[in-house]
Amino acid sequence: MKNVLTVALGVTALAFTASVASADTLSDVKAKGFIQCGVNTGLAGFSAPNDKGEWTGLDVDFCRAMAAAIFGDGTKVKFTGLSAKDRFTALQSGEIDVLSRNTTWTVNRDTALGLNFAGVTYFDGQGFMINAKKLPGVNSALQLSGAAVCVQAGTTTELNLADYFKANKMEYNPVVFEKFEEANAAYDAGRCDAYTTDQSGLYAVRLQMSAPDDHVVLPEIISKEPLGPAVRQGDDKWLDIAKWTYYALLNAEEAGITQANVEEMKNSENPDIKRILGVEAETKIGTDLGLDNAWVVNIIKATGNYGEIFERNVGSGSPLKIARGINALWTKGGLQYGMPIR
Amino acid sequence: MQEHDLSWVRTEMALAQAAPRSEVGPLAWARKSLFATPVDSALTIIAALALAWALPQMLNWAFFNAVWSGADRTACLTTEQGGFLPAGWTGACWPFIDARLGYFTFGRYPVDERWRVILCGAIFLALLVPLLTPRAPFKRLNAILFFAVFPFIAFFLLLGGYFGLPYVETPLWGGLMVTLVISYVGIVTSLPLGILLALGRRSKMPIVKLLSVIFIETVRGVPLVAVLFMASFMLPLFVPPGMTFDKLLRALIGVALFSSAYMAEVIRGGLQAIPKGQYEGADSLGLGYWQKMGLIVMPQALKLVIPGIVNTFIGLFKDTTLVLIISLFDLLGTVKQSISGDPTWATPQTAKTGYVFAAAVFWIFCFSMSRYSIYMERRLDTGHRK
Amino acid sequence: MASQEAIRASEPAKASLLYDPKVRSLVFQAVLIFLLILGGWWIVDNTIENLRRSNITTGWAFLRGRAGFDISDRLIDYSSDSTFFRALVVGVLNTLKVAIAGIVLATIVGFMVGIGRLSNNWLIRKICTVYVEVFRNIPPLLVILFWYQGVLAVLPQVRESIALPFTSFLNVRGFYLPAVVWNGSGLMVLGGLAIGVLLSWYVARRAYARQMATGHSFPVLWVSLALIVGMPLLAYLLSGMPATVDYPQKGNFNLTGGFNIKPEFLSLFLALSFYTASFIAEIVRAGILGVPKGQTEAYSALGLRPGTGLRLVVVPQALRIIIPPLTSQYLNLTKNSTLGVAIGYPELYSVGGTTLNQTGQAIEVVVIFMVVYLSISLVTSGFMNWFNNKMALKER
Repeated sequence: MKNVLTVALGVTALAFTASVASADTLSDVKAKGFIQCGVNTGLAGFSAPNDKGEWTGLDVDFCRAMAAAIFGDGTKVKFTGLSAKDRFTALQSGEIDVLSRNTTWTVNRDTALGLNFAGVTYFDGQGFMINAKKLPGVNSALQLSGAAVCVQAGTTTELNLADYFKANKMEYNPVVFEKFEEANAAYDAGRCDAYTTDQSGLYAVRLQMSAPDDHVVLPEIISKEPLGPAVRQGDDKWLDIAKWTYYALLNAEEAGITQANVEEMKNSENPDIKRILGVEAETKIGTDLGLDNAWVVNIIKATGNYGEIFERNVGSGSPLKIARGINALWTKGGLQYGMPIR
Repeated sequence: MQEHDLSWVRTEMALAQAAPRSEVGPLAWARKSLFATPVDSALTIIAALALAWALPQMLNWAFFNAVWSGADRTACLTTEQGGFLPAGWTGACWPFIDARLGYFTFGRYPVDERWRVILCGAIFLALLVPLLTPRAPFKRLNAILFFAVFPFIAFFLLLGGYFGLPYVETPLWGGLMVTLVISYVGIVTSLPLGILLALGRRSKMPIVKLLSVIFIETVRGVPLVAVLFMASFMLPLFVPPGMTFDKLLRALIGVALFSSAYMAEVIRGGLQAIPKGQYEGADSLGLGYWQKMGLIVMPQALKLVIPGIVNTFIGLFKDTTLVLIISLFDLLGTVKQSISGDPTWATPQTAKTGYVFAAAVFWIFCFSMSRYSIYMERRLDTGHRK
Repeated sequence: MASQEAIRASEPAKASLLYDPKVRSLVFQAVLIFLLILGGWWIVDNTIENLRRSNITTGWAFLRGRAGFDISDRLIDYSSDSTFFRALVVGVLNTLKVAIAGIVLATIVGFMVGIGRLSNNWLIRKICTVYVEVFRNIPPLLVILFWYQGVLAVLPQVRESIALPFTSFLNVRGFYLPAVVWNGSGLMVLGGLAIGVLLSWYVARRAYARQMATGHSFPVLWVSLALIVGMPLLAYLLSGMPATVDYPQKGNFNLTGGFNIKPEFLSLFLALSFYTASFIAEIVRAGILGVPKGQTEAYSALGLRPGTGLRLVVVPQALRIIIPPLTSQYLNLTKNSTLGVAIGYPELYSVGGTTLNQTGQAIEVVVIFMVVYLSISLVTSGFMNWFNNKMALKER
């Protein structure tokens, strides 16, 4: 009887779209022919649908890179827009295979919520934005005592905000919104003096204001927000693929392999580059991961290296114009350090 | 004796005289219906002043001061905001609606496949209009097509993946299309479910009755938002690991369960109004339970509560906006997303314009439904009067 | 089905059992219960398995944990150090606050508009009709968003606050009123108020009894008003004026001090009231139309003035028709208060959602939702049923 019910419900679900998650995500993904990737419903630079309804952004490109690593084709990925609230449920229930939605890596999430983080695709920190026209003379978050602050509910941001004001013995009025867009709109209408979220998010929000130039981001960073892709616990093979896709992007940048020159680089004499691109004789790196040996070539062809992804989505090539800062490679004074592909 | 001389009795009718000047014409009308008493006069003057203050502002905002064309936000910004309009200008920014109309209607449904949605809508209208016209023939066939066949047509047409149609996943659906899909599914499923629940509540079997009462009262006691919340967060926990439901399907289940409880109460009202003699008559004819209900009681009961059913439909239609809370984008959801997530059109007037547009669309749908309900009520009422 | 076939197979001689309604209903109910238990067990089994897989602990221990987030609009003391339980209580109180305030305003506006639709005044009648038709046919969520947008757009920035009498201010951060601060105890004043209310109730009873007995009327309204205002005032003076008034003052960013009604509350309250009032207006209109015309003619024949007649003859009878649907509108308003989540009003649903997200305790939070909303519904309908019985036609 239990089986009958299961089957009946299962058929209903399949009629729409269902994915069956098991301990072996890679085989499942290969069987269905695409990765289901959970992203933010709309955060410029990280994941947002463009005019044509295609998803773009840094988080989105990470999923494309994973698709390229697995299928050799960066388009074999489907995106699910998720709110802060339903993102973990979606991953746990198997609705998505990878969660790439500007999610902060915390110990609580790594353990109690059953996630595994693959790396930090963007080192962020929480900051404040104010309307400089309305509040001339405010140039530090420490001057915000008594301010009304707009914030999104159910995020680490909300908790950091409470801690920061408490630690500095300042008063504030939180105005908490369920959704990012609601918080934006209220801040734009002057409901709050300050808006707080991850700094990268602040730059994105600024663009959506009716007078972007009036708003300034304050220098204080009140928390560590390492944002990265996460997968379900208990599937090491799938975690490896997510992890090494990320490292491949970093290694490619470090070795100077770009979308434009990846084909020539294959003929390079440099053993490092040869190893990364899988053109070394008798190489097993790709197959050991359960992928094709040309996996890095496929990734770079699809999305470019980490630097290219960064500049295209949030850096100089984007309206956000965020500097690399701590997201530069370790060789250039940043924190991005790709484990060696060897 | 002057019996024959009854000259004070008129032999012909007096000619009707024109009504006194003070009783006809616009002035008399105004006196009677606007200035009957001092209190009335005061009320009229206050109301008129309020209208004179508010109406021009509204009209100016919506029409005379509104911007009607433009390519992006600069068309709707004043000089101090970086546009060309005079400082202090306020008015609707209609080009925003124009630019986003496709998104409001279809969501992110692929542009090349939108003909499928339009075709589906056309079939829907072609089936709906004769169904609602009392004089149109083939009611039974029409109803079967509308309630039983159309869902399958719509399913294959909208979702695709069969017969060479590309598959369009539900996260791409959005806008008015989602509003209509949810309402239609809610309406089609809540009616039979509601009938079953109403019968269950009036059943003589104690357990069936108890279960129906518990279900109906629980669902009616909690907000739809909480039901949707449950459908979206709890459902994944209730099913075996790995089995997932589509988000839209979850919303559909939530909405259908919710509206069926309300529908059950409306139908129960109709069942209670059927005289006992009808039940006894059916029994004496030797009809079984389902025959009795299906042939004698239900047709009468449903006819009685058509206005109530339509009102439930209107409520359901308005409630579809709440799927926004579980991140599905219905008409209001797409409008809201375009207002605050789109730098191209971020102006101080965008939000107002968007909401006015959404309100107008919802209003047209709900108002026509309620008018239709009143029309049906009148028609059926005459049928009942002796 | 299987069990029916079993009956047929095992007892061919008593095939008539199959047609016995009692047996049929028993079998049907047994099957239903069986299916229900099976379904329930399937769900519980899956849930336990899922919770185990995702490492979520169940139980109510989380309620004692530190909430960590702040809530700005609150009726009781709360800070980020308080427990989740206290946060949820703040949410429940906020839900009740907006629901009760909304019910009061919706009833007043609804009755006014409903009577207005029957007015002899053409202009008033039309305005009321347009009001009802517009609000009834727009989703409540949209009404709320519109009010919020409207409230934020119309109200001025802090620096340009509108000054109102009694040093109150109106700006985009809400409505600032002077607050009364009690030094020591305000118990005396509360006691005075209670005594005033009790006394006026007693006066009303005595006056009614006297009118029944002798026909003399007594100005109950004025006397009660004097008692209700006078007694607390007397207590206040007697206890040595223990209160000071905290006036709102300009702070760094906002006005500080005083009592602040937030724009989120204001817009949710106004939107719910005006939306629900359109339904109440229709109910009131139907109720008044439901009183036979003979009653109006009868009170006119008795020489009562329209106002008195409406109050003493028509409305009490109309109330009998009005109260049951009015109850469901009150319940709808309470349930619609969950939509405050869209504009950042921290009511139960919003606080519960945040709690869920911080702790992952989906089942517990949903249980809390169910229990709270169901109890509010039960209490409201219980009260309205009591009121309905009181107003019901007493046939002798």
